[in-house]
Amino acid sequence: MTTPAAPLIAATGLTKHFPLGRRMFGPRRAVHAVNGIDFEVAVGETYALVGESGCGKTTTARMVLGLEGVTAGALRFHGKPVAELDAAERARFRRRVQVVFQDSNASLNPRKTLRQILGTALTVSGALRGASRAEVRERVVRLLTDVGLTPAESFLDRLPHELSGGQRQRVGIARALAPEPEFVIADEPVSALDISVRAQILTLLARIQRERGVAFLLISHDLAVVRNVAERVGVMYLGRIIETGPVGAVFARPVHPYTAALVDATPLPDPRPEVRARDHVDIRGDVPSPVSLPPGCAFHPRCPIAVERCRSVVPELVPLPDDPGVSVACHRAEERLAGLALPTVSAAHRPRPQEDPA
Amino acid sequence: MSGRRGAAARGAHPGVPGGAGNRGVGEPEGVAARATDVPLGATPVLELRDVVTEIRGVRGLVRPVDGVSLTVRAGQVVGLVGESGSGKSMTAFSVMRLFPTKAARVTGGEILLRGGDGRVRDLRTLGPDALRAVRGREIGMIFQDPASYLNPVLTVGRQLEQQLQAHGLGQGADARIAELLTDVGLSPEVARRYAHELSGGQCQRVGIASALACRPALVVADEPTTALDVTIQAQVLRLLARLQRDQGVALLLITHDLGVVAEVCDHVYVMYAGRIVEEGPVEDLFARPRHPYTQGLLAGVLDLLEPKPIRVSIEGSVPDLVRPPSGCRFHPRCPHAMPICEREAPPLLPRDEGAALGHSACWLHDPGVVGAGVTVEPGREDGP
Repeated sequence: MTTPAAPLIAATGLTKHFPLGRRMFGPRRAVHAVNGIDFEVAVGETYALVGESGCGKTTTARMVLGLEGVTAGALRFHGKPVAELDAAERARFRRRVQVVFQDSNASLNPRKTLRQILGTALTVSGALRGASRAEVRERVVRLLTDVGLTPAESFLDRLPHELSGGQRQRVGIARALAPEPEFVIADEPVSALDISVRAQILTLLARIQRERGVAFLLISHDLAVVRNVAERVGVMYLGRIIETGPVGAVFARPVHPYTAALVDATPLPDPRPEVRARDHVDIRGDVPSPVSLPPGCAFHPRCPIAVERCRSVVPELVPLPDDPGVSVACHRAEERLAGLALPTVSAAHRPRPQEDPA
Repeated sequence: MSGRRGAAARGAHPGVPGGAGNRGVGEPEGVAARATDVPLGATPVLELRDVVTEIRGVRGLVRPVDGVSLTVRAGQVVGLVGESGSGKSMTAFSVMRLFPTKAARVTGGEILLRGGDGRVRDLRTLGPDALRAVRGREIGMIFQDPASYLNPVLTVGRQLEQQLQAHGLGQGADARIAELLTDVGLSPEVARRYAHELSGGQCQRVGIASALACRPALVVADEPTTALDVTIQAQVLRLLARLQRDQGVALLLITHDLGVVAEVCDHVYVMYAGRIVEEGPVEDLFARPRHPYTQGLLAGVLDLLEPKPIRVSIEGSVPDLVRPPSGCRFHPRCPHAMPICEREAPPLLPRDEGAALGHSACWLHDPGVVGAGVTVEPGREDGP
């Protein structure tokens, strides 16, 4: 994949701190949700932000959408800072950047029929301003058909609660597509769905990308989904991107100890004893509070190979010498490449019962 | 009532104490008596036989559990897997009659539990007090959301102490609590903390300590890691697996996550719309799923290490149990559906000669229906 000269979306130093009430005589405190992240999404590509709850991935998405003010840093759309757009450009930006939320139950108005929900998305965005009822109806039918809700006529007058979770998520996607966006942020689009429905939604998103050339920012906690759907990934921890690059390269050879821990923690759908018996990266403890970030590398309190420098100096995200497509923020990245392994614990699983006849 | 008593009076249920592999010969379905992946002689700790659970709701009568039979043997990890609405959690709740709604009732079948004294009782016949003595004592429970069952105004230690006292194990509770907390990887100091002072992962460790506190023979865990972050999920899962192995406790693990099943289970039951559609040893079931639903589920699992083009393996969505489909409940979504599938529910048929590898409920396996015999379409091409 080649990255064109001006990416569709480029974030530099994007930061969001939520101020907290001040304790009496205490210092001013804030939740450090996002702490200076850089990423680019090219036209037609899928870039994923992956991480655990509280890592700042959803806040990042909300900043890109303009739902959240930016504490520091800049966001560029086709090379132009979003903060400097005039009213007409901003309206265009709002139309070209859309979102699919995780919870289709909460994001669709329960009192509106699909015809009203999608009709509003079409007219308000300006895509069909001033169109006749018949024109709007025709476009709604086309949208419903595009997202696989067929026969579309039978869905027009239904309410969201009359649909299954997968069908509702299709409506959420249809609504995002209504203004014909170039860029769609999908925030955990399949997390609430069953396995059998998940594949239906993921193939739908892939088809939309193929047919319309839409770029996606995929927000997910599920590495397996990211690996199978996205082209590039940024791994977030406590508001920073700690490793980024093509999904294949990052997950096949995770350099940052946190990425390695995430990869290791993802269950493998393979019950063979030799797979089960694999050793595991020894990562302990929980994610610290984003109110008082650990100094230096935010991962150092959990990192099994942290050294003195990790406790004081924040590591920069730098390209790997042997694979510049991948960047890692770890003081020990070069040692990792030279073979520094993470300590492991042996598998907790007992041998298979057949192997130890009672 | 008398009928129920009758079941309980069969206390020395054939083969339950020290039952050998030949148990269940001549039993109608033989579900109770499969020699599968456990060592010969492993005794069933829990046995469900044709359990039916009904919920009377405003929209009518629903049967989230419709004739479920399953066996958990001593020291075994059994997975009960299914999508939302499959009835897997209601099956777990039925064991202890701990329903989220008062409208739910177990209306059929037997729930046989082998107690610490070796006696087998049908939990359906127990009154509220007798059942309360079983919950937490003979069956440990782990729930999805630990914050919802830890009492917010009691310290962790006080709560564990109350549990031990309630079951007559109050003697030396302090030492036992310290031991339990250490076992689950927490500092004994945690006994003085309240739930809100703990992280989600720590709360779930306390939940595991509570489940194991009275040294039960069986632990029922309902989605124990679903609410946790990936790295914490892995820690808790590995902890559970280690404790299960070290203490020899049997574990019935309810989950929607086939990755979790593959990591820890010995045997797996697949549920769809209130019924068991396939069961067998986990390795063989993953390598050679026989039921079209299991095949579709496994084909839909995304693998981090072996990415593949995503394809839709099952069309449609889970049926509404107020009006379940006729015959085989999967037939409206099944790529192999035949006329008989719409008319008649398929029985659980052996997955192999001798049924050592479990059963699958599909007409495709019935040579009387399909002349060619069993159709096998593995979901994984790389199976062993």
